[in-house]
Amino acid sequence: MTTTVDARGFSCPQPVIMTRKAIQAGEFPIEVLVETVTSRENVRRASEKLGCQVEAEEMGDEFKLTITK
Amino acid sequence: MSEKITRFFASRWGIVLAGVAIGVLAPLLQKVGNPPNMGICVACFERDIAGALGLHRAAVVQYIRPEIIAFVLGATIAALLFREFKPRAGSVPIVRFVLGVFAMIGSLAFLGCPWRALLRLAGGDLNAILGLAGLVTGVTIGVQFLKAGYNLGRSYKTYPVVGWIMPVIMIGLLLLRIFRPQFSEGGPIFFSEKGPGSLYAPLLISLGAGLVIGFLAQRTRFCTMGSIRDVILMGDNHLISGIGALLVVAFITNLILGQVSFGFFGQPVAHSSHLWNFLGMVLAGLAFALAGGCPGRQLFLSGEGDGDAGVFVLGMIVGAGFAHNFALAGTPDSVANGTVGGISPYGMAAVILGLVVCLVIGFSMREK
Repeated sequence: MTTTVDARGFSCPQPVIMTRKAIQAGEFPIEVLVETVTSRENVRRASEKLGCQVEAEEMGDEFKLTITK
Repeated sequence: MSEKITRFFASRWGIVLAGVAIGVLAPLLQKVGNPPNMGICVACFERDIAGALGLHRAAVVQYIRPEIIAFVLGATIAALLFREFKPRAGSVPIVRFVLGVFAMIGSLAFLGCPWRALLRLAGGDLNAILGLAGLVTGVTIGVQFLKAGYNLGRSYKTYPVVGWIMPVIMIGLLLLRIFRPQFSEGGPIFFSEKGPGSLYAPLLISLGAGLVIGFLAQRTRFCTMGSIRDVILMGDNHLISGIGALLVVAFITNLILGQVSFGFFGQPVAHSSHLWNFLGMVLAGLAFALAGGCPGRQLFLSGEGDGDAGVFVLGMIVGAGFAHNFALAGTPDSVANGTVGGISPYGMAAVILGLVVCLVIGFSMREK
């Protein structure tokens, strides 16, 4: 089942904290919604550090990151 | 292409490049006129702007610092070029204002923001060690709140004009700097005739250096508070590699320029009252951590459309008014009289009050 993390509007480190919680819960794939490139890069870096693969796609002026392990 | 550049700036090399740029430019700005160990200081320079506008009347620290203006505008240019200018606001602005006020009071007890703490250390001012220890302590306390669920809540997309308010304010300040109108007899705009406020680099050099730093810092998300927070919170040493680069390069540049003098007592625009150097920066570090960015980062965010970061900046400028009007700011050591400086009893009370306010905010703004 897909886990969705809606981190839109939160500034860092919140999106990273929320993503890490989801990764630790272990329900993959995880979809993370963020609004800024800063959050996208931070979530990507933190997820990769935890051994996950990250695909990012642009959706209008938001981003969706799909995290798998 | 744009995506490739973005990935470079987001890489380790990108953040190190930003640190190197600040490490070279700040000592050079000092060489060409800025105050000693204060090539760049976001808190001090915002304080000088507050003074120039007459929000405080400390005659030695009044000048409209072009670096602050250029930091914001450099970030705006970078954000526009890379399609990252996103007008957003509405995440507890009044809390951010209060945090900005106390961040400034804490910074001025120490006499510098985190950038200046690094630059002071790179110039041999060992009091900066106490300040940096305080900063790490304050951020560590902030991280405990983050771990316990503290957050500022969501911001929301808003009208483009909201994102333009801070850049336009900066353009207004630039016009005041260039034309320096006299609004009433004996009134503002004030520029110091002596003291640190009277020491400044030529306008175009200050603007140029500020634009470069603003651009790079927006691209790389350079943040002193974030660097410490990320190490403590997640063992992530990305941002702190930029801070390390700043410190090392600034020290080397200072050595080359002959701007290093080791010691505690009588360092320029600094006091050696150890406890209050430490506690001032504990307050500042905690306020930055709760607000999500150091003073520099808040400027860059305000340049890319973040109205809440703009409110924090305005809080800092108002805080500077309070700090000098109420005699809360640190007084430098006096070499002539051989006396150690420090802060007044009012300053001590304000730092303690600030810590209490920050703790209340940290404890109460949590998601259950």
